[in-house]
Amino acid sequence: MTIGMDEVSEAAIPAAGSWAGRLAEWTARRLEPVAIGLGAILIGLMLFSLFILALGKSPLMLFQLMYTGGFGSWFSIQNSLSRAAPLLLTALCVALPARLGLIVIGGEGALALGGVAAAAAALPLTHLLSPFPALIGMALAAMLAGGVWIGCVGALRHYRGVNETISSLLMSYIAIAVMNQLVEGVLRDPASLNKPSTPPLPADYMIGALPGMDVHWGFAIGIAACVVSYLLIETTTWGFAARIAGGNTRAAEVQGLPVGRLIVGFTALAGACAGLAGMIEVAAVQGSANGAIIAGYGYTGILVAFLARHNPLAIIPIAILIGGIDASGGLIQRRMGLPDATVLVLQGTLFIVILACETLYGRFKLFNPELWRRNL
Amino acid sequence: MAVIRDRPLPAAGQAVSVETLGMTMRFGSFTALDDVSLRFPAGGFHALLGENGAGKSTLVKCIMGFYRPTSGSLMVGGREVEVASPRDAALYGLGMVYQHFTLVPSLTGAENLVISRAEVPAVIDWAQERRALADFMDRMPFDIPLDRPVRDLAAGQKQKLEIVKQLYLGRSFLVLDEPTSVLTPAEADEMLGLVRGMTERGELTVLMISHKFHEVRKFADTVAILRRGRLVGGGRVDGIPTAEMAAMMIGDVKLAELDDRVPTDAGAKPVLRISRAVAPDRSGLKAVEIADLDVRAGEIVGIAGISGNGQKELAEMLAGQRPLASGGILVGGRSYAASRGETVEHRVRFIPEEPLQNACAPKMSVAENLYFRAFDRAGGRHSFRLSKSAMRRYAGRLVADFKVRTSSLDSPIAALSGGNVQRAVLARELTGDVDLLIVANPCFGLDFSAVAEIRARIMRARNAGAAVLLISEDLDELLELSDRILVMSEGRIVYETKAQAADVAVIGAHMAGHH
Repeated sequence: MTIGMDEVSEAAIPAAGSWAGRLAEWTARRLEPVAIGLGAILIGLMLFSLFILALGKSPLMLFQLMYTGGFGSWFSIQNSLSRAAPLLLTALCVALPARLGLIVIGGEGALALGGVAAAAAALPLTHLLSPFPALIGMALAAMLAGGVWIGCVGALRHYRGVNETISSLLMSYIAIAVMNQLVEGVLRDPASLNKPSTPPLPADYMIGALPGMDVHWGFAIGIAACVVSYLLIETTTWGFAARIAGGNTRAAEVQGLPVGRLIVGFTALAGACAGLAGMIEVAAVQGSANGAIIAGYGYTGILVAFLARHNPLAIIPIAILIGGIDASGGLIQRRMGLPDATVLVLQGTLFIVILACETLYGRFKLFNPELWRRNL
Repeated sequence: MAVIRDRPLPAAGQAVSVETLGMTMRFGSFTALDDVSLRFPAGGFHALLGENGAGKSTLVKCIMGFYRPTSGSLMVGGREVEVASPRDAALYGLGMVYQHFTLVPSLTGAENLVISRAEVPAVIDWAQERRALADFMDRMPFDIPLDRPVRDLAAGQKQKLEIVKQLYLGRSFLVLDEPTSVLTPAEADEMLGLVRGMTERGELTVLMISHKFHEVRKFADTVAILRRGRLVGGGRVDGIPTAEMAAMMIGDVKLAELDDRVPTDAGAKPVLRISRAVAPDRSGLKAVEIADLDVRAGEIVGIAGISGNGQKELAEMLAGQRPLASGGILVGGRSYAASRGETVEHRVRFIPEEPLQNACAPKMSVAENLYFRAFDRAGGRHSFRLSKSAMRRYAGRLVADFKVRTSSLDSPIAALSGGNVQRAVLARELTGDVDLLIVANPCFGLDFSAVAEIRARIMRARNAGAAVLLISEDLDELLELSDRILVMSEGRIVYETKAQAADVAVIGAHMAGHH
């Protein structure tokens, strides 16, 4: 009954079907989330059309404007990508804990704290260091602030049994209040009269644009974070342990896995991502920490993560899509006389439909790998 | 008592005959029940035997109106009837007692009975109801306190109350689905004896689903045996020897045989030692206290007890899921808290009960689930990178060695049958060297061949020198496998005996708390 691990060799893997059968099986497994996701988006758009019709406007015109505003020109595409940058990171703030079975929705708060921490770190760093190391320092400060904040949510969950969804949402309000307090208090730039802000970053300390584009480096950082997260979850033992804990906490405990450390570690990492988003908003867009960084990126990130089914790679296209919808808000407002919040109604509708469609998994015979294996 | 049934067929308190004619049930291309015709004469105590998946529950669900049979018909009291829903079944006096309790724990027996009626008045006149209930209980052979919350009743009393509830609702034909699985041997005998009395007086017809031959032999008049959806035999119980019943149930399957018991080395050191370990129980109100428990290398120590007497808590203490308030657990002479490092160092493996819920991540694939023990030390040392190809090779090897039947390594493990999930967990936990094996109810709900194979694997682990702690609610299993048996009652170990010299009656008495 002893089998050494090293002598494990090629052995009877259950009778595999034909080459075509296996390909079809693999495709069926992968296609299910794509098809159900697209179906959910279509249903969501139809429901949203009813809402637009009820307002007496044309849904077709609206979708056309949405396309024009989000992806119709090089200018609008760049605008969409810039808006996608923070969404990539705030979506990770939801997706990483979700792999451990936790629903964390407090990315907005971690983003706020990250922004203000970066601005606070900038005060000494811009005097002491050259731009690149100073930006690194600001990013680390932001990640630390966000990481500690959401890491606390994970610790409260594991050690005290506090529901992470509720606590992260409520702690988000606290974080925003802390940011406002600092921005309007000790960190306030006396020169900012109507819009309380921290002292502006010197121009050469701002995050610049990607070569040949009008999109800041934050977008590339967000993409890199998504890829690294994917690799972490799928190709490391740490990610595997987290997936076990997320799949069944009791089973993970029986295996002696450090569930508490995994939860705190992943939530802290998630918070660090959202904190980094705050730093990017400060250092690439606003130039200082102020109320403008509270633009709902944390909440929109929840939608992005759920649409992507918490797969970090799928977050990339979806964040760009949602960034585009966001970007078209202004155009819709101007051309159709609809309120700016129309896109929020669309996002809300999509979110509800996506959640409702979760129950459809495994219902369609077409996506059943068994069917394909048997028939090919 | 209020009128419960609006159709006078048959009269409450009088047994009725039930007959199925060519009952067939198909789910897609799968035939769960194939042309089964059975007669249950009024006032008889009938037994239905069969393995898991043999079609017993499908048959019963067709009779009770949970399923509409694909073809076939049902006769009650000699008349063909249409039973389209459980409500219809109730109208014809057909009732069922489930394996697990369906009473509301916080309500008293009387309240449970009254609210179970199909039509309860908006305002209940409790004084009148109590008089009616007292009248009713006078006619019943069961003696149960109706004024106490159900949670305070013993398991045997609860099961009796379940039966009383069905009789109160005016049932004339009762299906008992493995009714004794949560009872002590003495409680089971008493309960079945009383039910048998009612059938002899012509008050009730009973159909009992069981897998315990001795119960069938002692209480039933007739037996029907199903295998793979077909009726394969039956008749008067006295006409069929037990060996023949078993053969009909399992068909031409060769069961794995237990290896001979290698004598435990007299000088073997205890691998697991628990001393004065105290932890709160599930309710948090009482404590589970294991004063002294040793398991030596090469022996199986069985823990007997009725469900809910601290065995779950003991298993959780050993798995590091329930922190100790005081006392300690030693493995290999060193303090043990079930961290991953300690489980690897002392080669501790764990097979919890209900493996899909407690030992697997149901949505992860078979290959991933099989890799839980090995993923972070492939090649014998810590690694940070997870190799999917190594995982597939490893899992493929385990699947072949332990004959896990799965259509693919990529299927979610939840898609496997119960027996194959348990085989997969055994494969994972018994691969590699094992010094200490902790097992809880490993065979619950599995069929004969899986049970025989799993028991053989546990015995082989013992003979290879593992110390085995076997926590089980199945006394027969403990008697078959254990070297020593300890009995747990109310959170404590109250009795110890050598398995060979064990007296079932004495063990039963200690399980029931008479000590």
